[in-house]
Amino acid sequence: MHRYIPNTEADSKYMLQSMDLESIDDLFSVIPKELIFNRELNFDDAMSEIEIKKHFAEIGGNNKSIDELTCFLGAGAYDHYIPSIIRHLAKRSEFYTAYTPYQPEISQGTLQAIFEYQTMICNLTNMDVSNASVYDGATASVEAALMAVDNTRRNTILVSKTLSPEVRKVIKTYMRFRKINVKEIEMAEGVIDIDELKASIDKDTAALILQNPNFFGIIEEFEEIEKLIHSNKSLLISYVDPISLGLLKTPGELGVDIAVGDGQSLGNSLNYGGAYLGFMAANSKLVRKMPGRIVGQSVDAEGKRAFVLTLQAREQHIRRYKATSNICSNQALNALIASIYMVTMGKRGIKEVALQCAQKSHYAANKIMETGKYKLAFNKPFFKEFVLTGDSDVSDLNKELLKHSILGGYDLGKDYDNMDKSFLVCVTEKRTKKEIDKLSSVLEVL
Amino acid sequence: MKGYDKLIFEISKEGRFAYSLPKSDVPEASLENIIPNKLLSDKEIDLPEVSEVDVIRHYTLLSNKNYGVDTGFYPLGSCTMKYNPKINEDMSELGSLSGIHPNQPEETVQGALRLMYELDGMLSEIAGMDKMTLQPAAGAHGELTGLMIIKAYHDKNKDFNRTKIIVPDSAHGTNPATAAVSGFDIVEVKSDKMGAVDIESLKSVLSDEIAGLMLTNPSTLGLFESNIKEIADLVHEAGGLLYYDGANMNAIMGISRPGDMGFDVMHYNLHKTFSTPHGGGGPGSGPVGVKKELIEFLPVPTVEKDEDKYYLDYDKPNTIGKMKSFFGHFDVMIKSYAYILSMGAKGLKEASQKAVLNANYMMNKLKDDYNLPIEQICMHEFVLGGLKDNIHDIATLDVAKRLLDYGYHPPTVYFPLIIDNAIMVEPTETESIETLDGFIDVMIKIANEAKDNPEVLKEAPHNTPVRRIDEVRAARNLILKWEKE
Amino acid sequence: MKILEGLYYSNDHEWVKVEQEKAYIGITDFAQHALGEIVYVELPELDEEFEAGDVFSVVESVKAASDVYLPVSGKILEVNEDLEDSPQLVNEDPYENWIAIVEIFDKSELDDLMDEAEYKEFCEKEE
Repeated sequence: MHRYIPNTEADSKYMLQSMDLESIDDLFSVIPKELIFNRELNFDDAMSEIEIKKHFAEIGGNNKSIDELTCFLGAGAYDHYIPSIIRHLAKRSEFYTAYTPYQPEISQGTLQAIFEYQTMICNLTNMDVSNASVYDGATASVEAALMAVDNTRRNTILVSKTLSPEVRKVIKTYMRFRKINVKEIEMAEGVIDIDELKASIDKDTAALILQNPNFFGIIEEFEEIEKLIHSNKSLLISYVDPISLGLLKTPGELGVDIAVGDGQSLGNSLNYGGAYLGFMAANSKLVRKMPGRIVGQSVDAEGKRAFVLTLQAREQHIRRYKATSNICSNQALNALIASIYMVTMGKRGIKEVALQCAQKSHYAANKIMETGKYKLAFNKPFFKEFVLTGDSDVSDLNKELLKHSILGGYDLGKDYDNMDKSFLVCVTEKRTKKEIDKLSSVLEVL
Repeated sequence: MKGYDKLIFEISKEGRFAYSLPKSDVPEASLENIIPNKLLSDKEIDLPEVSEVDVIRHYTLLSNKNYGVDTGFYPLGSCTMKYNPKINEDMSELGSLSGIHPNQPEETVQGALRLMYELDGMLSEIAGMDKMTLQPAAGAHGELTGLMIIKAYHDKNKDFNRTKIIVPDSAHGTNPATAAVSGFDIVEVKSDKMGAVDIESLKSVLSDEIAGLMLTNPSTLGLFESNIKEIADLVHEAGGLLYYDGANMNAIMGISRPGDMGFDVMHYNLHKTFSTPHGGGGPGSGPVGVKKELIEFLPVPTVEKDEDKYYLDYDKPNTIGKMKSFFGHFDVMIKSYAYILSMGAKGLKEASQKAVLNANYMMNKLKDDYNLPIEQICMHEFVLGGLKDNIHDIATLDVAKRLLDYGYHPPTVYFPLIIDNAIMVEPTETESIETLDGFIDVMIKIANEAKDNPEVLKEAPHNTPVRRIDEVRAARNLILKWEKE
Repeated sequence: MKILEGLYYSNDHEWVKVEQEKAYIGITDFAQHALGEIVYVELPELDEEFEAGDVFSVVESVKAASDVYLPVSGKILEVNEDLEDSPQLVNEDPYENWIAIVEIFDKSELDDLMDEAEYKEFCEKEE
């Protein structure tokens, strides 16, 4: 007997009798003998709650979390403020123990929340339509690239080297199996190299994926790029940090066709890399090429407003091998968290967060440069992340910082040639002047 | 607040706010000095303006319009809607686990890596596989990973001719969709009268163009494929690999293992078998397990152990690459790890036994009023073929909608496609006989209503937050976001 | 179920109405019945060229999506833009509401199609 399994031995006996069976093993008699597993799984005995808590205390004790470290690490996952109410609402089990809303009459909570999520993603990015989210920012980029290939009937995706290396790796995996070419465009001074872009665009270019602010935190200039891409009838895909949209020009304003990104910053915990959510928003003519779940508004039999999954005919369970994507879930709970975050921060809060990120990161950059030991790698406008170059080995620096309970920047030498003394520092609204000053002073003495 | 029907945008009022941020304490620089004006947005951000209590009430009231496993019985076939233990939730929220950054140095995340390493071992043991990747985000993502591994294997053998994947006609829609998006052509193989793979039909499609076969066992009909060894041998002899869709693992934990049946690659759904919540449609988690000869193709990084130190191994020249950012859905992994610890070996086996017992008990009680196309002992789920003696031509959909009136989540309907009017019931082991009996009684009552009062079914549901929804209108006249009037 | 005289019919339930070198193409009454309420018709691009048997359009209902095959090789001369906003026209009168007009490349391909009587028999078998 187990606490999660209510039927007792007596219940089982009664149930077996109702079917004229002797023992539970009779139910498995259809399995050939040689396939019956003939030993016990090699696990420890079942643990009680107290034992589990102790076990996890031991496991957690071998981690150092942002509760004890001051985080200046970003590069794709960010330590932003998470309002208390998020946990209380997202942990309502009517939300989190529900399945995909296939029975809309008893799923209006999930469906309306997604409809509101779609609306807010559209408003934040200034795009026409949003889906209900996909796995993460990297897979959202993949899906956007596949949309572009499908839409343009061309077979090459251009990616800027200023796009997150993690995201580029995922794109390459998928495209290799789909036999779609991926061409990486070099960078110049920390932004995409426009001359190389010009030379690379041709009749086979389905889309360019450009991150903004880019992986180095730098705000790319879109005007010329947008013209280049669209005059070639290619699509412009932008990978954006949703928090930056509190201040910066939105994908819609920049003429982007598909905006994607990772929604972790919108109220989701770091969770050692997941689960997060990937958001996707596009202009309206691409709506039927969008993969994944989409919620639409309709009415019920009494004429009352109601929400329902729509455009399902594109999806895998109907199209089977003709589907454009095989995704059959969204990150509903993470999207709910993102929604509650956007609602809670609202019109003013999101702007305030973005503003504080910009102010504090610039203060930090200046403060550290004043030490004279580091300089900004690129002299370009940035948002909340920036690249510093010094004389020391970055992993040595980070080891020292860790001794002072500081989680240092991202070592760029791992992904970029000639950047082995450079690191990417992230400063969010959560950092204080005192913490920044401490980072600077520890860096100074190293 | 009964009948609350507002969108958050409709309760927004200028000047209200719900956020709490400290004042910036760094010397203020004027914005134009740090970011040039032309890079800044000219548009006002159109997000709601509401107070904290507005947010709380809004989402609380929305949650009241939802139905989850915690609300009631959820016998949704092929989805394994078992109870989601609360200790698992608590563990996933520990700051020492939820508050770690994916780019942290390995020495600061040894606990997390240990958890992943041990979960890999446990899942491998349950499946009879040699190594797992925990990276895939969901079942469909696991399938994609697995098929890419199969492709990489054949490519390495310079077996470029193997471009086809065999999929049974009873398979879940993701199987053919996955095969197509990973660059394979699909060959469908028929099921026999008992819903099993038709061996002759299989033989006729095997050739040196076959890369592999995708199968779930128990099948989507809830029946154990007892010819599995023969199927595996045939596919292997033809040079193909066997892919196992782990959707139905809840029937066989500790009882039979895909690895022993001859499968080479498989995925789990942690959100089904290992009790992690479905979240209203995600996040799931779809770890992929492989046999020894395929380990070199797993996505990077894998989690490895060197004496008592855990590390991430990126050094895999033949890897298929990365499937998503970072390492997978870590919070979901925590929950399934806690679940396995809570259950132990005996508990997992008991879970499968009781899941199968519950399903057979229900099938036996329902077969007088509903068609049972294949009468034999089922595994953890069974498929009915609509109402018996259906004089008023009541659709399976009507039965499903009527169940809503009685406070139940309906079973999966119209799947698998090979059974007409399918009703697919999966009770899981976490339901008591009293719950099963309550549901059975209602199903019988509905069968009687279908004869005596058919209108009440055709117009169902009657007492849900909204009535039947006009899906045609939603699809013809697309409204995908709220807009100011 | 309606089957019109003087049209050509394909195994996939498309009809072809020939006027000199061009042909109107649509789906049959049988097809629209099978699909149910149509919510979207994906139209081909003008001047696009197809071989006989190529997919040139997709017709979607809430629960199904069906490829529409071009019964004869040809170039798209015109598409029925009314269907963009009113896909239900196909349900209302599938023969009046054609999907596209094509320039026929090879009239001999018409010989492979069915006439009214043959198609009627074909549908009876399908049911």
